[in-house]
Amino acid sequence: MTVQEVGQPRKRKEDARLLTGRTQWTDNLTRPGLLHVMFLRSPMAHARIASVDVSAARGMPGVVAAFSGQDFAAEQGSLPCAWPVTEDIVIPDHPPMAVDEVRYVGEAVACVVATDRYRAADALDAIEVDYEPLPAVVDMNEALASDSAKVHEAGNKAFSVTITSGDIEAAFRDAPVVIDRTYVQQRLIPSAMEPRAVMADTDGESFTVWSSTQIPHVLRVMLAVVTGIPEHRIRVIAPDVGGGFGSKLQVTAEEVLCLLLARKLGKPVKWGESRSEGNLTVHHGRDQIQHVRLAADSDGRVRGLQVGLLADMGAYLMLVTPGIPMLGAQMFNAIYKMDAYEFGCTGVFTTKMPTDAYRGAGRPEATFAIERVMDELAAELGMDPIEVRRRNWIRHEEFPYTTISGLTYDSGNYEAATEKALALFGYDKLRAEQADRRDRGDPVQLGIGVSTFTEMCGLAPSRMLGEANYGAGGWEHASVRMLPTGKVEVITGTSPHGQGHVTSWSQIVSDALGVPFDDITVLHGDTAIAHKGMDTYGSRSLVIGGVAVVKACDKVREKARRLAAHLMECSPDDLDFAAGAFTVRGTEQSRTIQELAYAAFTAHDLPEGVEARLDSDATFDPDNYSFPHGTHLCAVEVDTETGMVKIRSYVAVDDVGTVVNPLIVEGQVQGGIAQGIAQALFEEAVYDAEGNLLTTTMADYLLPSAADLPNFTLDRTETPATSNPLGVKGVGEAGTIASTPAVVNAIVDALRPYGIHDIRMPCTPERVWRALEGVRR
Amino acid sequence: MPRITVTVDGVTYEEDVEPRVLLVHLLRERLGKTGTPVGCDTSNCGACTVLLDGKSVKSCSVLAVQADGCDVVTIEGLGTSGSMHPMQQAFHEEHALQCGYCTPGMVMAAIDLLRENPDPSEETIRQGLEGNLCRCTGYCNIVRAVRRGAQEMGQAVTRS
Repeated sequence: MTVQEVGQPRKRKEDARLLTGRTQWTDNLTRPGLLHVMFLRSPMAHARIASVDVSAARGMPGVVAAFSGQDFAAEQGSLPCAWPVTEDIVIPDHPPMAVDEVRYVGEAVACVVATDRYRAADALDAIEVDYEPLPAVVDMNEALASDSAKVHEAGNKAFSVTITSGDIEAAFRDAPVVIDRTYVQQRLIPSAMEPRAVMADTDGESFTVWSSTQIPHVLRVMLAVVTGIPEHRIRVIAPDVGGGFGSKLQVTAEEVLCLLLARKLGKPVKWGESRSEGNLTVHHGRDQIQHVRLAADSDGRVRGLQVGLLADMGAYLMLVTPGIPMLGAQMFNAIYKMDAYEFGCTGVFTTKMPTDAYRGAGRPEATFAIERVMDELAAELGMDPIEVRRRNWIRHEEFPYTTISGLTYDSGNYEAATEKALALFGYDKLRAEQADRRDRGDPVQLGIGVSTFTEMCGLAPSRMLGEANYGAGGWEHASVRMLPTGKVEVITGTSPHGQGHVTSWSQIVSDALGVPFDDITVLHGDTAIAHKGMDTYGSRSLVIGGVAVVKACDKVREKARRLAAHLMECSPDDLDFAAGAFTVRGTEQSRTIQELAYAAFTAHDLPEGVEARLDSDATFDPDNYSFPHGTHLCAVEVDTETGMVKIRSYVAVDDVGTVVNPLIVEGQVQGGIAQGIAQALFEEAVYDAEGNLLTTTMADYLLPSAADLPNFTLDRTETPATSNPLGVKGVGEAGTIASTPAVVNAIVDALRPYGIHDIRMPCTPERVWRALEGVRR
Repeated sequence: MPRITVTVDGVTYEEDVEPRVLLVHLLRERLGKTGTPVGCDTSNCGACTVLLDGKSVKSCSVLAVQADGCDVVTIEGLGTSGSMHPMQQAFHEEHALQCGYCTPGMVMAAIDLLRENPDPSEETIRQGLEGNLCRCTGYCNIVRAVRRGAQEMGQAVTRS
């Protein structure tokens, strides 16, 4: 009896290497004669570059070359933006190395290439740059004022868009309840633990670029487009990549410049960023001001929702910068039914690091706003926040359901997930304790936060991306090949960096081909091996890439069936496939798939039209997004004397559809929750009025440690997706999307009796204490 | 240029190093010990943690010359050929790593934590690993792994 692999908590194949230090981080790699690159970066947020003098650096010991932006001007092109969200969007020229003007602190203005990193660092000090300061533009509202200094000649507005569905005026006209709130999604620094690194080499004709990237395939295309080097002469390798969270979904200045340096010098070069450099120059996340208005009836039924966003683009539009707020456009209405919806968004240029994808990308922002406002509605009506949600959410029997924003949710069961979460949480008991503490005037108040979220995942159906004017498709590719000895090589177009695809894909293939888990290997992240792919982001890998693996296996099995029928002299229809073997129905006669792999290899006796190989490839392009959902409940204790917030318990019931590996799913949810909590309580990228980043180190930008976080109680419901044959929905972003509003709702819930209805994130002890001081006076 | 003698993972090296060279750069760039990564430049993240004469240090905050005459153990020197150290094994069993970048430092810090407290509570583990940051796991499984590693190591001592 074979056990089905899908659903088993398999320990990861990836671990042994990572646990024993036999790693291939880009910065570990070397080449004969390798040179080290360092960049000199602008200390000014906005300035004209009057001159750059690298001559003194060129003469220093160990220095092979030094260049300014002028030296790259003819060949460096412009960093790409692949998502022009409107026809009249302003996409400014974005030179990888600044030539005439710098527009954020950290922008590269010169570089040194030396025999080691210490010599390179010494030589950076010898470069002289003459800046003529220009005014910094830091605040989005000020940037849009008519008298504001300009970030770009075309002005500070990148784009503006409004989408309406239903009669929004009617929804608000005479509405018994209108909630009107403004929330700030603070700027975040993604902070993958592995800093970025790039190595580039050339044989004089072709180029290889190793990069700590999530997107080797997209990067290859874009490097060709940006530099003009023909695509077939560029190979991109993403070796071991230490986390991404969207921050390595980018085509970076350093990748382009290292490639150009390898070409200029004809030698291998490597750049590895320091954390301080990374905080300045890895794209940032979030940074929106959200104006949200919600109209409701007095029984809590939502009539309409109006959302107006200001989204900080930073100084330039990078790969998907303008698309990030637009990924939230269809998500503010979330799991709720309503009559009308309006979404407006203006993208604003400032003299700060550009923003772009960060775990959840547009969807956490949307979820935060709606889940916060639903709590405000409940408070306004004196209703339990669960009850107000229950009155508005899509009931399980209503699926598939087309929402007011036009998405069709294929499946879900919000009732089931919520019931399970409430029971695990001990909701009623905690409410009783809360009432008791309030009655006693306990200085430590209890707050309960609710977040019933959904997200659109599995990015994305190519047709829908086309409608959104995105510059690429959303399909994924896989190859599966049986080797002569019966082992299996899987090649995936996804590019894992911690998600455990090697393990999960092995489980999928084991079931599909009846081959032992340990006989399967998975190759990825090298455009010369995995020649097609759309890479890893947007909780897409399993939902699209995993399904491509299934489809490739289906084809291999059908080839094997024809071969088996030929060898056993029967019709393919007379064969049953089970446990890795084809058996002639009603007989003992069978061939294992391994035997067939060998027969295909020897090719001594192949049927007409069957090639000498047992392999296949497939692409999968879904018809729809997937829609994971869940209910997260958070209890916090707020010390009203110190402002300290302590998470007392956290329960998450997630529905990610069919689960391939519960161990990996739990890990994703745990890590995701931690990242969402980090936004709620700890993290913020802070710029001063002159555009200087104040949080350049991990001493200033506070990632939570083990001591700052609790354990989480996790459970699942399982409502399979109907939009793919595995029934999977994706899990990479769920925790992060759900947890931020759960925590902030809990804090506000604790403080509501004091007349406080919002705390700006991160809800630090100081902010909580100041809010309390404000109402005490 | 000062000459130092340092033993790393059981092999003794004699190296001429500039006084300013960090231990982690000696390990990674001179001795090829790339199992120890660098995650920050302010000694906050702990990814580069190694044992220096048995005690955990962040090797980005130690000069190579300070390691003169010392014994360094990195993640590559744990366990024996063919079998992982109980703490490495526990991290595998409990799915305590995702991208794996913080893992070498986390494992080394955990081993040092047990040196001081062979049977730590969850709270002690959380406090003890405060100087090692992980962005993937949310720490739940790391804490579990350290508990498990402690139990395994305790048993290993009892058995021997």
